[in-house]
Amino acid sequence: MSVSTTHASCDELLLIRETPIQRRRVRAAWLFLTPMLLCLALVAAWPLLRTFWFSLTDANLADTSGGSFVGLSNYLFHDGSSWSGILVDPQWWNAVRNTLHFTVVSVGLEIVLGLLVALLLNIKFTGRSLVRALILIPWAIPTIVSAKIWSWMLNDQFGIINHLMLSLGLIDAPLAWTADADLSMWAVIIVDVWKTVPFVTLLMLAALQMLPSDCYEAARVDGIHPLKVFWRVTLPLLMPALLVAAIFRILDSLRVFDVIYVLTSNSSSTMSMSVYARQHLVEFQDVGYGSAASTLLFLVVAVIAMLYLYLGRRQLEVRS
Amino acid sequence: MKQLKTLLPAALLTLFAGLPSVSSAADLTISCGAVGAELQLCKEAVEAWSKQTGNNVEVVSTPNSATERLSFYQQILSAQSTDIDIIQIDMVWPGMLAKHLMDLREVLPANATQGYFQAQVDNATVNGRLVTMPWFTDSGLLYYRKDLLEKYNKQVPQTWEEMTATARDVQQAERNAGNPDAWGYIFQGRAYEGLTCNALEWISSQPEGGLVNPRGDIVVNSQASRAALTLAKSWVGDISPRGVLNYTEEEGRGVFQSGNALFMRNWPYVWALVQSQNSAVKDKVGVAPLPRGGETGNHASTLGGWGLAVSRYSAHPKLAADLVSYLTSAQQQKHRALIGAYNPVIESLYQDPELLAAMPYYGQLHSILNDGVMRPASITADRYPRVSNAFFDRVHGVLAGELPVDQALAELESELTRIKRRNW
Repeated sequence: MSVSTTHASCDELLLIRETPIQRRRVRAAWLFLTPMLLCLALVAAWPLLRTFWFSLTDANLADTSGGSFVGLSNYLFHDGSSWSGILVDPQWWNAVRNTLHFTVVSVGLEIVLGLLVALLLNIKFTGRSLVRALILIPWAIPTIVSAKIWSWMLNDQFGIINHLMLSLGLIDAPLAWTADADLSMWAVIIVDVWKTVPFVTLLMLAALQMLPSDCYEAARVDGIHPLKVFWRVTLPLLMPALLVAAIFRILDSLRVFDVIYVLTSNSSSTMSMSVYARQHLVEFQDVGYGSAASTLLFLVVAVIAMLYLYLGRRQLEVRS
Repeated sequence: MKQLKTLLPAALLTLFAGLPSVSSAADLTISCGAVGAELQLCKEAVEAWSKQTGNNVEVVSTPNSATERLSFYQQILSAQSTDIDIIQIDMVWPGMLAKHLMDLREVLPANATQGYFQAQVDNATVNGRLVTMPWFTDSGLLYYRKDLLEKYNKQVPQTWEEMTATARDVQQAERNAGNPDAWGYIFQGRAYEGLTCNALEWISSQPEGGLVNPRGDIVVNSQASRAALTLAKSWVGDISPRGVLNYTEEEGRGVFQSGNALFMRNWPYVWALVQSQNSAVKDKVGVAPLPRGGETGNHASTLGGWGLAVSRYSAHPKLAADLVSYLTSAQQQKHRALIGAYNPVIESLYQDPELLAAMPYYGQLHSILNDGVMRPASITADRYPRVSNAFFDRVHGVLAGELPVDQALAELESELTRIKRRNW
């Protein structure tokens, strides 16, 4: 909370009087910020606006310049007898449901497992730095490669996972991990959790190492049970880092594409919003409709992110 | 900051892993399929041409799934990329990709397509422009294990019902005999173009069955489809492993070739591979037309086929066309048939004694090709991907047990109507 007090005092200073030096500083700041803002405008704002514009046209991938303005009819359109457009497409809502399901379960598991692994790696033991380096491997492998590796491991006939489970007697018949509608979402979640737990671990570990040791010393002197120390000291102090890790993962999961596409292709039981948008954009060549789906995806992600940040900040304020 | 520092190495690693490798310079680039022996054959032929003419050619391979391959080409072509000069395209794509492809009539001699199956040439011609040179033709075939049928004293099935019964009996008997991995029937069940081919065969083999008729009417919500899908649904988890719902051609071949399946629906290319030296089922395999849908049904196999096209954005269109005409020459087609079982599109080759000796089913194949069903790609034109998608999606839902057959067909009909709007 020391950060916010320094911020406040700076603001107060600015309000009191604006010296020439400060004005120069503001100018310099703008000067240094301009390249980045230009860059952002070029790589983020422009494509975003263009996608939004395309979503209002009936452009085709074969010739993107040939589209004409159709208003909001890609989103919702009433042609006398029936409604059409994304907002009434059951496939789209199925994709939204899948994405939310995927996000909640996988981010939840990742946070819990990531925290556990980080706590484990925070304990001093020989070879700790080696283990810390090794645990990063899943995160360093490109998703396409790891998803392909997993798709062979999960294969129903030759996969090693089924082989192990069969020989351990956990199942009597091989499971069709990526094909069975009840299992395929779990298969996707398992692979995603495997890949991104290291990321959460890394953030948590960094935060753990910055925790003040005096609280722990005080707790030890008072003879507090370690579990209570965890709930009362470690967790609240970790909260800001935890929230950062979670928002990173939530934003990533909401636009998940690669792991799902490699494991289960366009199958509707795992189709995410991004897979849906790509299918329309690329496979059906319907740039207008696909862009409308992308725009909705962007809105969903933006709304959830804002809500999360707002709630997260309030939570922190209440606690402090 | 400390967090950032610890993250940096991982971030850099991820970044570098994502960078594309820089490709070496080449005069021409050709993209060949990589299903079965395709890539090897393509590389050899291209190398021979390179030696002959002194041109550099780079061969790039593409995804095995036809749906993914189409997306890949669409991205490259709509970016007007000069990276790929020659692409291998499925015979359902000429209509969609035509505007990106060169008219080969302009550069090839007038008799270039002489002796080819007329249907193939017609299919490759869009608005009078020959946008693709047909290369080989495909049709769904029923592969069966001769030894197993003999062992249990069964006939090659004539109808799907017979196939189901035989598969069930033999599978059970084989499992009792000590092979827990034995299966009855393997097909392509993943939600992709291959499932469209399979399901179209089931439906079209029933009397009066079809998806979209040649006039463009949607005829899928019928008794024929109901019967076909109900039967197909009963296979999954019984005579076919549940994993079949995520199988493309090659996953299925893996199961069959390792000796664990009695029947398999697949394309002709599989013949060369199951008969190869290291195949567990060498000399134990027979090929037959796909079963009929009931006593009054007919044999129906989905026709496929691939051709070679030259991108309009190629920097060397003439040279590219030269390579295309070399690769599609009669001599090359015969060689590819002998080595890789890729069926020629030049009619006279079906009477070639050498080919008939190597592939005893070639006599039948001519009639299978004549009984073939075309996917409704020409009538639905650039909506075909949606039609196919809607179809395989619903069929996949039925096979996976998520959708009752009746509901799936009703939904499919209304979705197709929506895609069609007033006209295709």
